[in-house]
Amino acid sequence: MKTTKFNKAHYILKGKMIDFFGWDLPVQFSGINDEHNAVRNTGGIFDVSHMGEIFFKGREALEAIQFITSNNAAKLVPGKIQYSALLTERGCFVDDLLVYMIDENHYLLVVNAANSEKDFNWITEKTSKFSVEIQNQSSEYSQIAIQGPVSEKLLSQFVDHDLSSIKYYHFITGQVRGIDSIISRTGYTGEDGFEVYFKSSEDQAVRLFLELVEKGKAEHVVPTGLGARDTLRLEVKMALYGNDIDDSHTVLEADLGWILKLKKGEFIGREPLLKQKETGISRKLIGFELKEKGIPRHGYPVYVDNQEYGMVTSGTFAPYLKKPIGLTYLPIGKAEVGSEFQIGIRNRKVLARVVDTPFYQRK
Amino acid sequence: MSLEGFKFTKDHEWVKSEADITTIGITDYAQKELGDIVYVELPSPGDKIKKGEACSNIESVKAVNDIYTPVTGEITEVNEALEDTPELINQDPYGSGWIFKIKLESHEELDDLMDQEAYNQYLKGISKE
Repeated sequence: MKTTKFNKAHYILKGKMIDFFGWDLPVQFSGINDEHNAVRNTGGIFDVSHMGEIFFKGREALEAIQFITSNNAAKLVPGKIQYSALLTERGCFVDDLLVYMIDENHYLLVVNAANSEKDFNWITEKTSKFSVEIQNQSSEYSQIAIQGPVSEKLLSQFVDHDLSSIKYYHFITGQVRGIDSIISRTGYTGEDGFEVYFKSSEDQAVRLFLELVEKGKAEHVVPTGLGARDTLRLEVKMALYGNDIDDSHTVLEADLGWILKLKKGEFIGREPLLKQKETGISRKLIGFELKEKGIPRHGYPVYVDNQEYGMVTSGTFAPYLKKPIGLTYLPIGKAEVGSEFQIGIRNRKVLARVVDTPFYQRK
Repeated sequence: MSLEGFKFTKDHEWVKSEADITTIGITDYAQKELGDIVYVELPSPGDKIKKGEACSNIESVKAVNDIYTPVTGEITEVNEALEDTPELINQDPYGSGWIFKIKLESHEELDDLMDQEAYNQYLKGISKE
């Protein structure tokens, strides 16, 4: 199994380890509820080194990125980050990603763990006509996320930089305990927080992780596993590739129209999306709550007017909101807030209602 | 902790038989493995269940787990407190976190189950894997 450079720290901290797409990673430490609520109230520390880092460098780096992504990367300036998507020819998802503009002609694309090889192959194939050098450095880079209201206070003790000057979706390059890093104010939790990327030895990485956990104790910050990462992102309706977004739903159907910039010029997937924008979508990703007892889970059947329509794409008991929530695609006309439908939970059909999203929003 | 009179299954349920009524729950090991329990789907009193059947569900934040009844009989009572406070199973798995009670068809099925010592040995085997 693949290990991150923080792996030893997880064992020292007695994480409950699982095989996550071939990676040996902790699903939880003290418990998903505890960790989830720690991130909402104080902070949590996550190993997210399994994410993929792909660098673009060269005269046509921007043109290449514009061609393979849906958002308008020309709006970026050095130090700024953009949420975007790699789309198929049909306007569906190859993956969602973050685009970091490091400098003119120099960018970093951060992609999902399970997809980093698929994405790299897709990217290199689709950008062959551009003058750009593309490097997959996923295996060299570690990534640690410090998330929650006290994250700035905690991370500040490790850097010689004023973190308060970094705005949301911006980054700096600086040193974290002497290690050259990209420090970005981003995350997958709906809280304030940072994601730090660096190359280091295993010893340095383990020491940093343990030291963050140790210093974090005073503020009730805890090490956090993949379980809470999933429930945290779901409470704020951040899409998960493979669940809520995939290669059979378009970016418009996924309710991510804001990362689709049709006027920026030619890019993969543009033609069918232009058409879909004109004719309108027939289904949409919505958030729902249950009106009866039960917990919706990924894959449970969804019934609209008593006909099986689709399935729950993500579902859980939300640890902060303390109620069962989920996401699914519903037909337009049945997807408005307040609309009701049913979910099959084992041998029962349970009433669900479309609600406003995000389910949770930080104050 | 001494669990005098408790019997155990390989699926980490416990069974305690007193006179006519047998109580069933999950073990401390099982609740720790599951993590924070947030929902329990209980059977109904009067349900007739067969040894090996899934008759209840316990859900943690992350997972759904079937509870298999290790004995045959009729459900006489379910722990309704679990509907609003499923965390009782985490807090007190052998006490207030019991799940249901059953009237046994035959006490002989109990002989197939492990006593505390055998169960502890079984757990040691698991942790070595």
